[in-house]
Amino acid sequence: MNIILIAILALGGIGVVSAIILYFVASKFKVYEDPKIDEVEEILPSANCGGCGFPGCRAFAEATVKKAKEEKNLDGLFCPVGGNDVMQKVGETLDLEIEAKDPMIAVIRCNGSHANSPGKVQYEGVSSCSFAHALYTGEGGCQFGCLGLGDCVDACEFDAIHMSDETGLPVVNNKCTACGACVEACPRDIIELRKKGPKEKRIFVSCVNKEKGAVAIKNCSVACIGCGKCEKVCNFDAITITSFLSYIDFEKCVLCRKCVEVCPTNSIWEVNFKPRKPKAEKAPKKEVAEAKPIDLSKGKAAVNSKDDNNDSGADRK
Amino acid sequence: MGLLKTFKLGGVHPSENKLSAQVPIEALPIPKKAFVSLGQNLGAPSKPIVKRGDEVKVGQLIAMAGGFIGANIHSPVSGKVFKIDVVLDSSGFRRPAIIINVDGDEWMENIDRTNDIVREIKASPEEIINKVKDAGIVGMGGATFPTQVKLTPPPGKTADTLIINGVECEPYLTADHRVMLERGEELLIGTEILMKALKVTKGFIGIENNKPDAIAHLSMLAKDFKGIEIVPLKVKYPQGGEKQLIKAVVNREVPSGKLPIEVGCVVQNVGTTLAVYEAVQKNKPLFERVVTVTGKGVSKPSNFLVRTGTPISELIEAAGGVPDNTGKVIGGGPMMGKSLLSIDAPVVKGTSGILLMRMDESHRKPEQSCIRCSKCTYVCPMGLEPYLLSRVSKLGNYEMAEKERIMDCIECGSCQYTCPAAIPLLDYLRLGKNKTGQLIRSRNKK
Repeated sequence: MNIILIAILALGGIGVVSAIILYFVASKFKVYEDPKIDEVEEILPSANCGGCGFPGCRAFAEATVKKAKEEKNLDGLFCPVGGNDVMQKVGETLDLEIEAKDPMIAVIRCNGSHANSPGKVQYEGVSSCSFAHALYTGEGGCQFGCLGLGDCVDACEFDAIHMSDETGLPVVNNKCTACGACVEACPRDIIELRKKGPKEKRIFVSCVNKEKGAVAIKNCSVACIGCGKCEKVCNFDAITITSFLSYIDFEKCVLCRKCVEVCPTNSIWEVNFKPRKPKAEKAPKKEVAEAKPIDLSKGKAAVNSKDDNNDSGADRK
Repeated sequence: MGLLKTFKLGGVHPSENKLSAQVPIEALPIPKKAFVSLGQNLGAPSKPIVKRGDEVKVGQLIAMAGGFIGANIHSPVSGKVFKIDVVLDSSGFRRPAIIINVDGDEWMENIDRTNDIVREIKASPEEIINKVKDAGIVGMGGATFPTQVKLTPPPGKTADTLIINGVECEPYLTADHRVMLERGEELLIGTEILMKALKVTKGFIGIENNKPDAIAHLSMLAKDFKGIEIVPLKVKYPQGGEKQLIKAVVNREVPSGKLPIEVGCVVQNVGTTLAVYEAVQKNKPLFERVVTVTGKGVSKPSNFLVRTGTPISELIEAAGGVPDNTGKVIGGGPMMGKSLLSIDAPVVKGTSGILLMRMDESHRKPEQSCIRCSKCTYVCPMGLEPYLLSRVSKLGNYEMAEKERIMDCIECGSCQYTCPAAIPLLDYLRLGKNKTGQLIRSRNKK
């Protein structure tokens, strides 16, 4: 009986003393944390993808609360995954007006599919673009083009990018949150974040080849040759040509599609436009998918279907 | 002879296949058009000093070194500069090159074109290094590191031993073997010149035991040369690696991450040594080299004396053309060489061989799972764990890769050669080395 009593008293005593110590220590070393941080973190999508530039959603929440307090705005802070909805809610929590941003999407600026840029050699090394990039130009011979080994697919946290077996190129679907992980992962800087556009209509140059036209076209039938026709036809100064490569500024582009019509190599792409009225010989060239589902692969498949997809490999050297 | 020397750690013994070992060096006809690449050395690319339409002679300086780690380039042919443009290199990238339309074969007047062997070394050590620098000599084993940089040890370090690398441990290649047999005396004088430049008294020539004729020939000639010793070595790949050769010949170990000069050694290739002899004694800059063209399907495996800038296709043509069942053309040896994307690429200073592989030899086996046999660890000459390193590279854990000393990997490929599961270990290691190197560089910048 006595032993039990001693044990209870001793343990209880230790407990009380420790509790008192802990109480004073906790109040002395208390770290004040803005409850807003938790609130903001609740709103965020918890993808922890790093697309905002911060290591995880918590860090982003801390940064927003800090900036809201100090500068009364959230300029430069944006959660690409949550998009405008989430940012509006974050703004409400922090009593700030948030300007809506145009939604973005990752765009593959290469169309060097098996058909357009047939393989001249066969690659047998490890399936890593960054390794292959250091080793050689690629099976098709274009030193700027897609290597097709899927570093972007590995980098994507949202299941939004896949390799197409038919073309050997990656395809972005509408799960894309424009976090930019694939842009970072691509050793050839092919992927770009561009404006999704009204009704997801977009026009862009699907090529990053900076070589002279004659050299570029040798390796790939849909390469941009830098002829300048699109630059001339554009009434909005949206197109610039630097080192034999055309680039469309998505802020200035009004989606008039004039450049698409004049491009002699079909390197300018229109996505999610209604098919054009059949106009003599031009029409079958650029058939792009119906309005939905929104999928880049449709565009590519259409371009490729001109040619039989020759299953290279057997006769390659 | 007793037990032959070799390095202790790891190593493999691939079948030697020295098909062209008994074929004398043959001078290849001068090409009609020479494509002189401006990036023929490790480090900065060279800057052209000629322009379109200029007349050039053989041996004339046409491009200056682009930096401290850089090398001059001399015209390998005489004729008119057609243009300075980009040409396809062996990996398919377009790189700047000087294209020369060949007209005759007129040499610079100051080059001694006679076959007389000049024995007496008149130049002082400083003059030798300057001449080597002017002649644009780079390491001709394949690494193409500028030779004059190797001959000027960093302050505070001194060399006491020169080792000439006559190992040629890569299967198939015989260019160095033929040079040792046919240009033995010049090679030994070259060794003496290098010893004088480095102010060392001891010079070794390491030769693997599969070249007994070269060992016998050079041993006989070396009797007249003070301080030069021929060291026969046991046949083991990668004995031609600098660190392995030093361990084999003088039993010193280069510390991790350090250069051979740390243990007082300088290693030079046989081809480089011959080029040094020609530059110092004959005033002849580096514009031609011996290239082996070989392969089991090749009808006439040969050793050619080739001007740099000659398209590789011409070499293959001279060796009997591309056989029908060729699956792969490799620049260099089968272990470390890289397969060529285009055979129109020109010969550069670092081209030691062209290997044509048959279709049945040229494909990789399908990759299987690791069976934990630890063979890769056993054969690694640097004492690394290739399996572990390949895994951490695959998973992107480059901090761990650095801790596990991935940067010590010499990319010899012994691990991949020996792997029974055909895992592309070296590919992953190269990837990891590349990324870890970037990590270290970005950290050093900060």
